[in-house]
Amino acid sequence: MAMTDQSPATMEVSDEIAITIESMNKWYGQFHVLRDIDLTVYRGERIVICGPSGSGKSTLIRCINALEEHQAGSITVDGTLLSSDLKNIDKIRSEVGMCFQHFNLFPHLTILENCTLAPIWVRKTPKKEAEETAMHFLEKVKIPDQANKYPGQLSGGQQQRVAIARSLCMKPRIMLFDEPTSALDPEMIKEVLDTMIELAEEGMTMLCVTHEMGFARQVANRVIFMDAGQIVEQNEPEEFFSNPKSDRTKLFLSQILGH
Amino acid sequence: MSDTQTNSSVAFVQTEQIPPSPPPASEVGIVNWLRSKLFYSIPSSVMTLLAIAFIYWLCSIILPWVFNGVWDATSIRDCRDQLQGATGGCFAVISERWPQLIFGNYPADEYWRAVLALIGLFVALAPVLFFNLPRQLLWFTGLFPFIAYWLIWGGSLWVSIFALVGVVVGFFVFRALSERSFFGAIVAGIFATLLFWIFLTPALSGALSGIIPLMLVPVESRFIGGFMINFILGTSGIALSLPLGIALALGRQSNLPIIKGICVVFIEFIRGVPLITLLFVASVMLAYFLPPGTTFDLVLRVIIMVTLFAAAYIAEAIRGGLAALSRGQYEAADSLGLDYWQAMRLIILPQALKISIPSIVNIAIGLFKDTTLVSIISMFDVLGMIQGPILSSTEWFGVYWELLAFAGLLFFVFCYGISQYSQWLERQLNTGHR
Repeated sequence: MAMTDQSPATMEVSDEIAITIESMNKWYGQFHVLRDIDLTVYRGERIVICGPSGSGKSTLIRCINALEEHQAGSITVDGTLLSSDLKNIDKIRSEVGMCFQHFNLFPHLTILENCTLAPIWVRKTPKKEAEETAMHFLEKVKIPDQANKYPGQLSGGQQQRVAIARSLCMKPRIMLFDEPTSALDPEMIKEVLDTMIELAEEGMTMLCVTHEMGFARQVANRVIFMDAGQIVEQNEPEEFFSNPKSDRTKLFLSQILGH
Repeated sequence: MSDTQTNSSVAFVQTEQIPPSPPPASEVGIVNWLRSKLFYSIPSSVMTLLAIAFIYWLCSIILPWVFNGVWDATSIRDCRDQLQGATGGCFAVISERWPQLIFGNYPADEYWRAVLALIGLFVALAPVLFFNLPRQLLWFTGLFPFIAYWLIWGGSLWVSIFALVGVVVGFFVFRALSERSFFGAIVAGIFATLLFWIFLTPALSGALSGIIPLMLVPVESRFIGGFMINFILGTSGIALSLPLGIALALGRQSNLPIIKGICVVFIEFIRGVPLITLLFVASVMLAYFLPPGTTFDLVLRVIIMVTLFAAAYIAEAIRGGLAALSRGQYEAADSLGLDYWQAMRLIILPQALKISIPSIVNIAIGLFKDTTLVSIISMFDVLGMIQGPILSSTEWFGVYWELLAFAGLLFFVFCYGISQYSQWLERQLNTGHR
């Protein structure tokens, strides 16, 4: 996590490759969800993936940490080839943090316990150290005072920020966001986006499925548009929004930016 | 928008908060409660009066029978003489036959052992039931089954000690292998314990009790009876069926087809067979399957059957809890890098078990009451004692009501206690939302 003072959109991206996806295909039964996906993500990149529902964008990022299995092609994360070998899967999962649309905090544990659970059991971090790390990240997402409450007592925006802190406690090198603001009230979307922007400023490699186009413009260095299981267009945000190449992208952008 | 500023009936800004005020007097007070809950209409008033009449009628029968009862008599004839035709229960049978009702034919000089085991049980249960007690007490809980076995059945303490050593050996086998495969380690651990029990425990305990006896008078299973046997069967059945039920529920959800198949067949088979059939199998049939000469204690056989029976039901209750959890909980656990067993132990089961508490308690209460079925396979539990030795004696021939009411009350006290505990536990575990 290199600290920089630059604004995220102008930040340099390193040459080091974080994720390589090569001609990856996935089926749900007979249904061909992802078709010949090729994608290279460099360390420090902030990629926003958008597209109509059912286009496979969530499935794509869920394949990266093996929540979904792909049937053809290859995914390499941080040099580790994703195979059915459980050791590789666990290694990749501990390197890759993930935030879900519905937060998926553990409701029977306090906020602090939510954050310390994986470091203690997966990384074998001593409890005290794990708690210090957890408090550090809870401060970062600006809710250290809620540490001893349960998720059910927090607002949606606060829960999503805890979910981000929980992932950060594992010190991931890559963060995946699966529509992190889609289940939130308009007032709470900003607080979550601010947290994500801050994360981007620190140089975290991020893949974000979202419909927040303002966020994409401000933070992303690449926007990917997907439709019907394939990558239709990818470009820098400025170019993507002002001068979309494909007709499908133009239609999509006119739909979501038109209202 | 400009016309809203001029039209004051549309534009409105609240500048101060309306302070809270107490509810109107008609909403509080006893008279209001009576009117709104009991007499709010003519039919409701009629129903209320009818219900009061019914309760009065019930009390007028039961209360004289209870309060006019005879507690000190030597036989049913003695009771009738003392009552001289008045209504009243002959409760003397309970005080007279108390030891039989509670301990069965357990030798009278050894009652203290059973009482001590009961006290020990409460101490052992305390840290399991109330998690704010010091965790060190759990060591006693772990030791208790072995102590209780020694206290109740007697014999040499070495048997219990080496049974315990077997468990410790199993635990170390588990620990040595758990890094590689949690499931394999559990199986290997159980296997090591069973091997130790079968091949080493009898020899070692026999040898050592020859040197240092540490003996209590041995009591055979057929002498253990009364409410004591219900209690032993109930507590060990519940305690053993819970882990087995969890294992079966997880097995039924497994991706491995053979494990899943075994669990499904087991659960469906056991649930499809009446408990009494299983008990007959335990009392009669099992002996055919065992090699001749093996003594396999009847109480142990019944405990196994009762455990298997309850485990099948508990497995289904827990499956319901597992099904109630969202897919997201599994995914969150996976995405954090927890392996299957960590996810189950730390994330999934705590929530699933909490959801299934009411059904598990339901099964536990049912199991506890079903232990009276052993009277049918001629074990002298509390009902067996009542039906057999007490009611067929010349002194107490025909004292059904008092004895059955007593047995009912005994079960009610414990079952109601279990129910109250479970409600308390649910409140304790409530953390806002599911």
